[in-house]
Amino acid sequence: MAKSITVDDLDIYYGDFLAVQGVSMTVKARSVTAFIGPSGCGKSTFLRSLNRMHEVIPGARVEGKVMVDGQSLYDSAVDPVAVRRQIGMVFQRPNPFPTMSIYDNVLAGNRLNSKKMEKSEADDIVERSLKGANLWNEVKDRLGKPGMGLSGGQQQRLCIARAIAVEPQVLLMDEPCSALDPISTSAIEDLIHELKSEYTIVIVTHNMQQAARVSDETGFFNLKAAGQPGHLVEFNSTQKMFANPDNEATEAYISGRFG
Amino acid sequence: MATTVVAEDTGQGKPRLGDRVFSRLALVAGIAILVALAAVFIFLAIEGVPGLAKPAEFYGEASSFWGYVAPLLFGTVLAAVIALVVAVPLSWGIALTVSHYAPKRVATPIAYVIDLLAAVPSVVFGLWGISVLAPRLSPVYQWLEEHAGWIPFFAGPASTTGRTILTAGIVLAIMIIPIITAISREVFSQTPRLHEEAALALGATRWEMLRLAVFPYARSGMVSAVMLGLGRALGETMAVAMVLSAGGGISFNLISSTNPASIASNIASNYKEGTPGKIQVLIATGLVLFLVTFLVNFAARWVVQRSERRLAR
Repeated sequence: MAKSITVDDLDIYYGDFLAVQGVSMTVKARSVTAFIGPSGCGKSTFLRSLNRMHEVIPGARVEGKVMVDGQSLYDSAVDPVAVRRQIGMVFQRPNPFPTMSIYDNVLAGNRLNSKKMEKSEADDIVERSLKGANLWNEVKDRLGKPGMGLSGGQQQRLCIARAIAVEPQVLLMDEPCSALDPISTSAIEDLIHELKSEYTIVIVTHNMQQAARVSDETGFFNLKAAGQPGHLVEFNSTQKMFANPDNEATEAYISGRFG
Repeated sequence: MATTVVAEDTGQGKPRLGDRVFSRLALVAGIAILVALAAVFIFLAIEGVPGLAKPAEFYGEASSFWGYVAPLLFGTVLAAVIALVVAVPLSWGIALTVSHYAPKRVATPIAYVIDLLAAVPSVVFGLWGISVLAPRLSPVYQWLEEHAGWIPFFAGPASTTGRTILTAGIVLAIMIIPIITAISREVFSQTPRLHEEAALALGATRWEMLRLAVFPYARSGMVSAVMLGLGRALGETMAVAMVLSAGGGISFNLISSTNPASIASNIASNYKEGTPGKIQVLIATGLVLFLVTFLVNFAARWVVQRSERRLAR
């Protein structure tokens, strides 16, 4: 189920503006890959190009190759909708559907695939996904209540449950803890550790300790200079990145000397 | 430093002159609208109530006020309902096109033209309805009578002039499209980007995204838009008076030449020649229209508030 991603010389544009330039990397299956870097360096933009959410913005486009297990994502025959069903995403701020119950929120993605589900099958998916997101024990008695009634951290785990309910190949997380308190953050980080055994996870974070805690490999993005496109400075195992990075700029950023 | 001092002054002392003037102005404006509404209601009540119980000859063929007003009320509601049936899907479609489907350089002119449509006086719509739309619809009505005559709505005999309640409803529909579209477009485009992306990231198509994220968010606004359109359709006078060839009682036959008039158009066409007694009857029908419009608006508010409470829960 979990798949690897190979990116080859990817340029990402907003209209004529080149936002990210020349990124190449391989994201391993069943591992956690973290992207760090200063604000505006294009790490979120790059993340969104991995499930074609980038092109939701008018004028946005990419040049280059993104391959998921040998299948090119940007092939003209590939439907972006199909891509997003395979590659789930969790956003910076929790965004459960406000009019839906917890139960319906979890099933939203499955219902989009518009196959008729038996009630028992639906119940199974909800329980499995909520357990997978470490939320089951907290909400099992109020599945019919609105998802917006949960706390921020619970809402974010609900969004994770919603994303894994469709059993995606890859899970993208765009600063999933930036709106959460430390306890909720720690719950999500534990969850990422558990999900790693089944999913390929890519996470963008501003928190370098978090990257060091959760990830196996880390990519450092930076701007070449003010007004220049962002690029991938270094991509290495997390251990090496934080102990002995190849690149001086990486070391400067990680040790807090700039950025 | 200077600003701090000023801030302290306004915090402790009397409100500043500008603030006082503005708050009075706002208060006066708020009261004025209530006074105007009350004045209209009082006028209608004083002048209209005697019209409720006149001798039978004042009510033409009908022998009582309720017999007189019932077909008019029916015509009013029927024309408005036809207008809604035609206008609502179209308006929501246009609003979605502008807010979510069309590229910006197409959407902006469309939105502009629709807003322009709202500025066209109703007399112009009436003229267009008589001279352009009605003659062109007449063959359509004949076709409907022949091929769909088994549906009571199209039983016929089809009007040869095309000046039927259906034509009036269509003209009304065109008049309320701008209102419904403008409000719906506004609420559609206010859907939080986060909710839309939540749907898209799950692999929703554009339509599924609208269903998952946009419609639930916009629901109460969509209802308000329809209700405002309905209010205008109920009260519209000139276009209906011009287009409709009135004369006839309650009938669901939409394409015949005997149509119930609407309250407003009936007032417009009979007011000038009316005797004082007749005018009281007309004003009484106006009172009925006023109350119906009021009720519709209350019902709409209630629906909207109920759905908003469900959201907030």
